[in-house]
Amino acid sequence: MSTRIAELLAGIGLLVFSLALMWSVYADGLNIGWVDGRGPGAGVWPFWLSLGMAITCVWTIFRWFRRTTPESRNEAPYINSDPLALVATSFIALTAMIFLVSIVGTYISIALFLGFYMRVIGKHTWGMTTVSVIGAVIFIYFLFEWQLTKYLPKGLPMFENGFLWIDNFRWEYLM
Amino acid sequence: MGEIANLLAAGLLQALEPLNLGMILAGCMAGLFIGAMPGLGSVNGVAILLPVTFLVPPTAAIIFLAALYYGAMYGGAISSITLGIPGASTAVATVFDGRPMAQKGLADQALMGAAIASFIGGTISVVLFTLFAPPLAELALKFGPQEEFALMVLAFATFIGLGGDDIPKTIFSILLGLVMAAVGFDIISGQPRLIFFDMVEFQRGIGFLVLAIGIYGIGEMLWTLEQTSGKVQIENVKTTWSKFKENLGHIKKYLPTTSLGSALGFFVGTLPAAGATPASLMAYGLAKTFSKDPESFGKGNISGVAAPEAANNAASTGSMLPMITLGIPGSPTTAILLGGMIIWGLRPGPLLFANNPDFVWGLIGSMYVANFVTVALNLALIPLFVRVLAMPFTILTPVIFILCFVGVFATTDRMFDVWLMLVLGLGGYLLRKLNYPVAPAVLAIVLGPLAERSMRQSLISSRGDVTTFVHPVEHPIALICIILAIALMLYPVFLNYRRKRATKYREST
Repeated sequence: MSTRIAELLAGIGLLVFSLALMWSVYADGLNIGWVDGRGPGAGVWPFWLSLGMAITCVWTIFRWFRRTTPESRNEAPYINSDPLALVATSFIALTAMIFLVSIVGTYISIALFLGFYMRVIGKHTWGMTTVSVIGAVIFIYFLFEWQLTKYLPKGLPMFENGFLWIDNFRWEYLM
Repeated sequence: MGEIANLLAAGLLQALEPLNLGMILAGCMAGLFIGAMPGLGSVNGVAILLPVTFLVPPTAAIIFLAALYYGAMYGGAISSITLGIPGASTAVATVFDGRPMAQKGLADQALMGAAIASFIGGTISVVLFTLFAPPLAELALKFGPQEEFALMVLAFATFIGLGGDDIPKTIFSILLGLVMAAVGFDIISGQPRLIFFDMVEFQRGIGFLVLAIGIYGIGEMLWTLEQTSGKVQIENVKTTWSKFKENLGHIKKYLPTTSLGSALGFFVGTLPAAGATPASLMAYGLAKTFSKDPESFGKGNISGVAAPEAANNAASTGSMLPMITLGIPGSPTTAILLGGMIIWGLRPGPLLFANNPDFVWGLIGSMYVANFVTVALNLALIPLFVRVLAMPFTILTPVIFILCFVGVFATTDRMFDVWLMLVLGLGGYLLRKLNYPVAPAVLAIVLGPLAERSMRQSLISSRGDVTTFVHPVEHPIALICIILAIALMLYPVFLNYRRKRATKYREST
């Protein structure tokens, strides 16, 4: 897809999004004008600003037709094929990590993600990868669970129970 | 003046307390590292590390983040010079002469020149900050909702007039941030608004940190991966004590332009849309204009490194001025700092000086200390940072992604926000590729609730009379702000008209 086409699609997509925001305010029955004795209605701010967003989108699309913006004249690919693979793999791996958090918990998903990224994408040695993964997991546990007392997600009960054992050990012997 | 000196002395003592001094050291170190990494700047560092600062009291937390901010300005020069890739956009101008110097084997001279100039810039700007902040805060105490709203309109207008980005896309970005800030319960009537797909999670609204980490963590890393394909080429640097002493002798060569660049950087930094990047570019231009040897610029002139480095450091301090005194952030980084202060229960603005003098003067004191700490750390650890820069992207990228995920979850305790961060990060990356500026959206989501409240309070008190914002007798300051805002918004139209006329004139002759 060329940058020119991408700009048009983005303009149309954002226009639809802006109109959907206006519709949402209207459908929720929020007042978009003056309410006697109470001042501006709750819908004034989101409705009129969304209208402004819609107008800027129409303005951008109009300029696209006139080829005024640099992007509307740019026929080069929107994302070059060389870095596309790296960007897409990184994003998919990140999405998979976040998805896995609710199944296997934060620590195992972080370990899998870091291990995959370093070993498969970075081609680092197993030794370097293992040390980094263990270091990252201990660092996150120490900083967030220990020092900041934040309970990070542990996934399904079978994985959660494993970490509860570690937590118990910490409270029993290290605190 | 005597009172300011006393308060400053108390602030300096507070900054030198063990915890605060430790925070300054940690912040400067983290900032130098983050600033040096290509693609990462102060804004990314502050966004990603803000959740970690809940570990310490608010004063220590803001001291850490502010120190990180200065550190990142120093650090940006390291990758600009040794890699030829600016550590952040604020160090773009440093590449122009820094890289040619490194290629000539003068990397040590360029790096030391950048550090010393940054120190000069930081020191001049913090003195200006100390002089300007108290009277500005006193003036701002007289502000009502009309003045507050007009000031915010002026802040957004600077993005349109001076931002240099595509105007409709800039306006879209501002409005998007303001609308996103309205998601959740209405602050006055309590009615739910913009609850997308009836998902109850939206009732709590969209946190500014979710957007900031999404855009400056996830989006920025995707952008950097695309730009560099994860490959960098580093120049070797050797620093010794004798070379340092020799380089100190070069200061007089660039001192005048550095001082001028510092003052310019401070004032440009106070403008929300301008900040460190245009300040450093303007300082570069200034140094070239006043140079006796302008042809050598771009080929490795030390003044071309020193002037922008002084200016970007000065601008970072300058951008703190409107945040602390008026509650209007002067840069995306200070917008995130402002959001953090609200989380800590502090309300940035003129009342901060009256209600929390310890906090304000402790912060100002820390600026002085941080300048000394950063220049010392920077000069001492140049070889270490250069080695760290050789760290492969395949380690740095996943670590940052992990910090983004854990940081958002630790702040909000909701997986929903983590998914939202991912979506906003991808959206920010895709839109940035089409020249939609993202900084105005971050500023707008922080200022959105304050802007809406002041607008509605003004209209309620004036019984719906919109002219209350431009009333010459009751609200002259608001009127001035609105006039300036309109002038700024019309400025690009004027520029366009002048350009067209010049083209027409050229064609006719």
